[in-house]
Amino acid sequence: MIANGEFMETKNMPKTTISSQFQRVKTEGRIALMPFVMAGDPDLETTAEILLSLQQSGADMIELGIPYSDPLADGPVIQAAAARALSSGTTPAGVLNMLAGLRSQLSIPVILFTYSNPLLNRGMERFCDEAAAAGAVGLVVPDLPLEEAERLSPLAKERGIDLVLLVAPTTPADRMQRIAESSRGFTYLVSVTGVTGERTVMEDRVGLLVEQLKKLSPCPVAVGFGISGPEQVRQVRCWGADGAIVGSALVKRIGAAAPEAVVEQAAGFCQQLRQAVD
Amino acid sequence: MTSTLPSQPKDGDLAVSARPSAQGRFGRYGGQYVPETLMPALAELEQAAAEAWNDPAFTAELDRLLHRYVGRATPLYEAERLTAHYRRPDGGPRIWLKREDLNHTGAHKINNALGQALLALRMGKKRIIAETGAGQHGVATATVCARFGLECVVYMGAEDMRRQALNVFRMRLLGATVQPVTAGTATLKDATSEAIRDWVTNVESTHYILGSVAGPHPYPMLVRDFHAVIGRETRQQCAEAFGRLPDVLLACVGGGSNAMGLFHDFVEDVSVRMIGVEAAGDGVDTGRHAATITEGRNGVLHGAMSLLLQDADGQVQEAHSISAGLDYPGVGPEHSYFREIGRAEYAAVTDQQALDALRLVSELEGIIPALETAHAFAWLETLCPTLAAGTEVVINCSGRGDKDVNTVAEKLGNQL
Repeated sequence: MIANGEFMETKNMPKTTISSQFQRVKTEGRIALMPFVMAGDPDLETTAEILLSLQQSGADMIELGIPYSDPLADGPVIQAAAARALSSGTTPAGVLNMLAGLRSQLSIPVILFTYSNPLLNRGMERFCDEAAAAGAVGLVVPDLPLEEAERLSPLAKERGIDLVLLVAPTTPADRMQRIAESSRGFTYLVSVTGVTGERTVMEDRVGLLVEQLKKLSPCPVAVGFGISGPEQVRQVRCWGADGAIVGSALVKRIGAAAPEAVVEQAAGFCQQLRQAVD
Repeated sequence: MTSTLPSQPKDGDLAVSARPSAQGRFGRYGGQYVPETLMPALAELEQAAAEAWNDPAFTAELDRLLHRYVGRATPLYEAERLTAHYRRPDGGPRIWLKREDLNHTGAHKINNALGQALLALRMGKKRIIAETGAGQHGVATATVCARFGLECVVYMGAEDMRRQALNVFRMRLLGATVQPVTAGTATLKDATSEAIRDWVTNVESTHYILGSVAGPHPYPMLVRDFHAVIGRETRQQCAEAFGRLPDVLLACVGGGSNAMGLFHDFVEDVSVRMIGVEAAGDGVDTGRHAATITEGRNGVLHGAMSLLLQDADGQVQEAHSISAGLDYPGVGPEHSYFREIGRAEYAAVTDQQALDALRLVSELEGIIPALETAHAFAWLETLCPTLAAGTEVVINCSGRGDKDVNTVAEKLGNQL
């Protein structure tokens, strides 16, 4: 099960916290489990507890959403979570404060998910400075144009943050190549033509896309958007991806749980998912 | 990122050929801030539009339909009683109305809806989606979809559906599905987000007829170019009516499509003053307004960098206007660019000023303008006293007010 060195072609893929984690996971003969949580849903204190319990329950990395008023790439579940987070008074600074407070306890890599406007409003450099100071090691910006991503990526890199780029099923081959070459940490493969949200069936073409991406770059590939449970995590693993990102399915459980059961629900679901990646 | 004060534009800034750049930028504004899934569709659309404009069969078909179906050219009408109303002892400006309200469906919006429907047919897309605020763009889109036998889904904020019930009924009568949007503020901003989400999901079968000079490139250019017929006709009609260029162009600005349609042909004629009028709602000092250019900061909304009403953290703020068509916290990127280089001026008038203007124009000219359009008329109160005698002013009378009578009746009912 050991495939040493696949991510170690350091010419294209310098070693980062995220790539090291993928490497470690791979040597364990499995794929990375990467849950997504909306910061501040229902409030930041609870989010902190959720993050720690996800770490405890087998998450390899965490994608942490910064709530935004107009999340274009998100379906109803994550839109609603962002709305709850904003109405509980969550701000980008508050999210980073919460994260900084967990530094001594949270050892798995944290990847921030933000839309362009809060990022540009803060300024690319200042945002990366603050994110790095809080301990984030990755950044996903679903609506940032590639040319701006190519400007942001070196700024982020200087601060120890991998800017992760997204590939969609509609992305043409030449563009996919450019994205795969520029993405750092991993390439985020959007598994559906659509917004975030659970799907009952994942299209077979995702498998082909994983294969295609793996040929283009030594960068690990994580599949997200539409993964609703352990069954689909196994499917993603079968297709040869290196990680599975589970967002709406977890966020929905967090949103539906009674306040005192939120952390327990999140942890329980994470454990189920973990069994599927092992 | 702070906006700079207007300065004298340089010739290079104004060259039509340079706007937008190959990256879809107007200076720093514009661009394509969208999920990756849409990037190929935007490239396809840009290419289809470029090919269409170079295809004589396309432009001939568009011209034919604009003439016979839409009813173009619209008249340039001398508003004699309105001119008399603002006349001083030493004279005053002469006021002309570019009668876009006389287009089929009652507003300028159909120029763009028709053009984009023809493009969709060229691209082989049989399903059309659109967003609408006041309902005028939704009606125009539903109309052209009926005309060409295309499936049509219009996203509309639930609050706007209440304010514009007549237009909701018109769209349904035309065979369109009106999809209520309850997220966020349930107005145009949220309807646009939901339309974009639909497009992300159905991009392979669907064309999105975006209704303003906003959104990701190529939309600001595409929509501008389909509305530029307004300015081209105006230029010719001014030459016929008074033998020269107009001195002042005046139009309301929400996203800014009717203003851009009027302005575009005159951008390089620097003697022509261009003024856009935004919605100040309860007043720009109250925080309840939609005066994006007056009060906004640079930001990204619906795929474009432009001026934006947002809070300190970059969360998009709620806009407020009596007029559903102006109730939008963003503005087209080319308007932000014009503001930055000083090529156009932007002002704002309140709900009350717009209502007063709507009454004035109704009583003096026998024309009930849309509430959106009434904002442009309202600026005459401030502008006219500053204009030399003989100044030729063209107002884009962008839409008719039938759709607004319920809203106006709520506000003015007891005064009439």
